[in-house]
Amino acid sequence: MTPCYIGRGLPIRPEDELAQSLTHGEMTLPADWRDLFALTKPRVMSLVVFTALCGLLAAPGHVHPVLAFSSILAIALGAGASGALNQWYEAGLDAKMKRTANRPLPAGRLDPQTALHFGVGLAAFSVFLMLFAANWQAAALLTVSILFYVLVYTMWLKPRTPQNIVIGGAAGAFPPLIGWVAATGSVAPLPVMLFLLIFLWTPPHFWALALFVRSDYAAAGIPMMPVVAGERSTRRQILFYALIMAAAAIAPWPLGYTGALYGWTAILLSALFVALSVQVGVRQTGASDAMRPEKRLFAYSIAYLFILFGAVVADHIWPL
Amino acid sequence: MTQDPTPEPFDEAEYRRRQRSRANLMAWILGALALLFFFITMARMVH
Repeated sequence: MTPCYIGRGLPIRPEDELAQSLTHGEMTLPADWRDLFALTKPRVMSLVVFTALCGLLAAPGHVHPVLAFSSILAIALGAGASGALNQWYEAGLDAKMKRTANRPLPAGRLDPQTALHFGVGLAAFSVFLMLFAANWQAAALLTVSILFYVLVYTMWLKPRTPQNIVIGGAAGAFPPLIGWVAATGSVAPLPVMLFLLIFLWTPPHFWALALFVRSDYAAAGIPMMPVVAGERSTRRQILFYALIMAAAAIAPWPLGYTGALYGWTAILLSALFVALSVQVGVRQTGASDAMRPEKRLFAYSIAYLFILFGAVVADHIWPL
Repeated sequence: MTQDPTPEPFDEAEYRRRQRSRANLMAWILGALALLFFFITMARMVH
């Protein structure tokens, strides 16, 4: 086997020149498309796409299916671009954490320049697609959400403060608002409430995760709440945010922006969320604890958001 | 910030396989985008 090294893709060369480059070890291997796909954090993207779709479907009026599909695609590509730029910036930190060490950049399957070009290109294209398929307001919001996630959350807040998740949560809260604005061209109280719901949902969701991967964050030097303020304080804050999140989730019903179908779904799901948060909030753990309640809360929080946003759409289609 | 990846050896066949696979994927993506932009234009004209 001729020695050569993984890195950025180069233009096609004539056979003899390629052979010569391989012999001298100066050629680099083009990135595999699966690694570029992994760079977009596809699992995170699924939640973004779903909440954006719900925002779009819950909006008043009719959107042409092609324009709706294109708007959601633009939001998905924008989220993918944010994920790629996040991984490009944090490759060094990812290498120090077990959970992220096998990502394409820290594992050495992709070079940083390819990741940067891919992320910037995807971000620019997603905004252009949104502008073409929907309106400038949605394109502007998409731009703000990408810049907020990359510049404010990833580069500024995350390495500096344990409140990174609280303020940075705004980046993940944009999709339903963008979906709504793509459909209507304007902002209304309901999508703002959905924005607030995801914003308040983010701290208990991420801190539940941070509790059971605390050593990873500590090893990477990321000031997550359990690392800086300790477990006890983190557990209390999970409970605090769960309570105000539950109030924010139920609020659209009494305020008249949704019907009873959403209202009762929000009450039942939020009650269970608070119950699981109480379990996490009041307990104390030893070094060998399996962290089952924390893992349960983390898993449930994902299902909670999916079902609740599904209920927003169901309530819009079949008002009670 | 980012760090340089650890070098991994590979051969010419792998280089060519990846280059072909990326070229094929790019062709499909560009074709799909051309179709998407055509349908968006049509939808905006009738909407």
